[in-house]
Amino acid sequence: MSVSNNIIRKRKNMWSLRVKSTVIVSVSLSILVGMLISSFFITPDKLVVDLQLRNIAPSLEHLFGTDWMGRDMLARTLKGLSLSFGVGLLSVIISSFIALLLSLLTLTNKAVDVCVTWLIDLFLSVPHIVLLILIAFTLGGGFKGVVIGLAVTHWPSLTRLLRAEVLQINSAEYVAISQKLGKTKAWVAAHHVLPHLLPQLLIGSILLFPHAILHEAAITFLGFGLSPETPAIGIILSEAMRYLSTGMWWLALFPGLALLVMVGIFDILGRQLQKWIDPFSGDHL
Amino acid sequence: MYAKKGTWFIVKNTLKLASLLVAVSIISFTLVSHSPVDPIQSYIGADMTSVSPEQRDNIAAYWGLNDTYTTRFSHWANAVLHGNLGTSLTFRTSVADVIAERFFASLALMGIAWAISGILGYLLGIIAGMRKETWLDVAIKGFCFTIASTPAFWLGLLLLMCFSVWFGWFPVGLASPAGILNEDVTIYERIRHLFLPALTLSIVGISNVALHTRQKLIDVLDSEFIRFAKAKGEHSFSLLWRHGIRSISLPAISLHFASFGELFGGAVLAEQVFSYPGLGQAVVQAGLGGDVPLLLGIVLFSTLFVFAGNLTADLLYQVIDPRVRRRRTT
Repeated sequence: MSVSNNIIRKRKNMWSLRVKSTVIVSVSLSILVGMLISSFFITPDKLVVDLQLRNIAPSLEHLFGTDWMGRDMLARTLKGLSLSFGVGLLSVIISSFIALLLSLLTLTNKAVDVCVTWLIDLFLSVPHIVLLILIAFTLGGGFKGVVIGLAVTHWPSLTRLLRAEVLQINSAEYVAISQKLGKTKAWVAAHHVLPHLLPQLLIGSILLFPHAILHEAAITFLGFGLSPETPAIGIILSEAMRYLSTGMWWLALFPGLALLVMVGIFDILGRQLQKWIDPFSGDHL
Repeated sequence: MYAKKGTWFIVKNTLKLASLLVAVSIISFTLVSHSPVDPIQSYIGADMTSVSPEQRDNIAAYWGLNDTYTTRFSHWANAVLHGNLGTSLTFRTSVADVIAERFFASLALMGIAWAISGILGYLLGIIAGMRKETWLDVAIKGFCFTIASTPAFWLGLLLLMCFSVWFGWFPVGLASPAGILNEDVTIYERIRHLFLPALTLSIVGISNVALHTRQKLIDVLDSEFIRFAKAKGEHSFSLLWRHGIRSISLPAISLHFASFGELFGGAVLAEQVFSYPGLGQAVVQAGLGGDVPLLLGIVLFSTLFVFAGNLTADLLYQVIDPRVRRRRTT
């Protein structure tokens, strides 16, 4: 009796889980899209310096307040978020591509596999921030430096994940049969491995976003990233640090909070997607 | 048999470390030598005008800047192999000294934060795992996910704002009060200056351990031997203590050792926010000031640091889990 009860309870949970996660995904997606679309409506005249409106605490007029040069913080924050998203998107696409390529390469032979594993270890052996500083130092910072830095530092964890998946697929019986039937390795990679890899790749790349965006903000905050005249969140926060002792709390609080929300949304999206594609992991988290 | 395995383990890891260090040296040297930052300009700094072009050429010749890339690299690598990392341009002392001094400051910070985040994360993970799917679990999970999405430096800024600016409990920065000789700084003052950066770093580190421990505990509690123990009438704390703790402790410790890279990255940010004079602040100064020898030195050092953590984690896994040992040998 308890067993059947359990099953019924499970099934009920499954239903509510699906409904719940659909709701969560649609709500977080609409917040994200809202953030990105609203940044398009922020014309340059919203970002201008207006010394009449300096240091205004958050009000209905200026929801996030204004800074010491009279710039509206809400407008700057939204611009910063869309900038972060752009940087994140570009670097995630590049690093996912690297990850996919390298994990498929491990199919060729054992030596390549060893090389790829060694490369993963190599890139994980230097702290990300240090490597990012080094790359930004070489490329002289700026947009290009950040994107390349992020792309170069973020593929290893995803590659490790995909490589494990590739190994597992490659040891499946249907792959062995395919090979016996004379299919080439490239054919196997394209027809057996790749289709299984795509969902993992999708989830993995979405879950790369939080890291990429946080690292972009961090490296910009340290002064190696985007140039000081762009309204990136890292720049806003490092400027806010200088005005901290004046008691202008809104300069740091809201931009950081907005970044937190955006990073959190990507985290949630990735996890929910994982639940849909691989329901057994949904039991755990 | 065991001795042989042990030797193989040491040999393998030494080779791996050596190959990683060589690769990191080559890559980082190549990167910095292609930097647009002019080393002479960053060396001379503001008195650019008081240096004649002849003097510039002399410095360039003295440093071997006109040599080919391979000669410069072999010079540098040779010096590094002899334990000479060069002279820092910003601190005007040997890089090894700077790293040693800064690392001790960072070690205090990272060590405390590492221990606190480990213990707190572990306890939170156990509580959440034991009370799975209750409001407590939801709260802890929510906290961990939020922390995982929080920019570390922003958290530092908020703490600084709350505790230093509003309440005035803690100083705004630095490892010791300004204007006092290093020897005269009391332990109390040091702790006061260490508190906020350590707190920031601890909070940031909690989420990973807590979520991992929670997951592990839930898996363990699902197993047959726990069902049997429950059937015998054991429950709650004694059940956890006698059957759960052992299977979840060492993986958590291992995971925590493997997080040295993130710890270092967090320390860089926390030190920058609280202007705490550690290794992280030094690497930022080196990068911004074009201090190539120091930058390279810290890159190599941080590689060693992360490797030490990963190696410990790897060793612990082998000690804990016989299956890993068996798989490695076959």
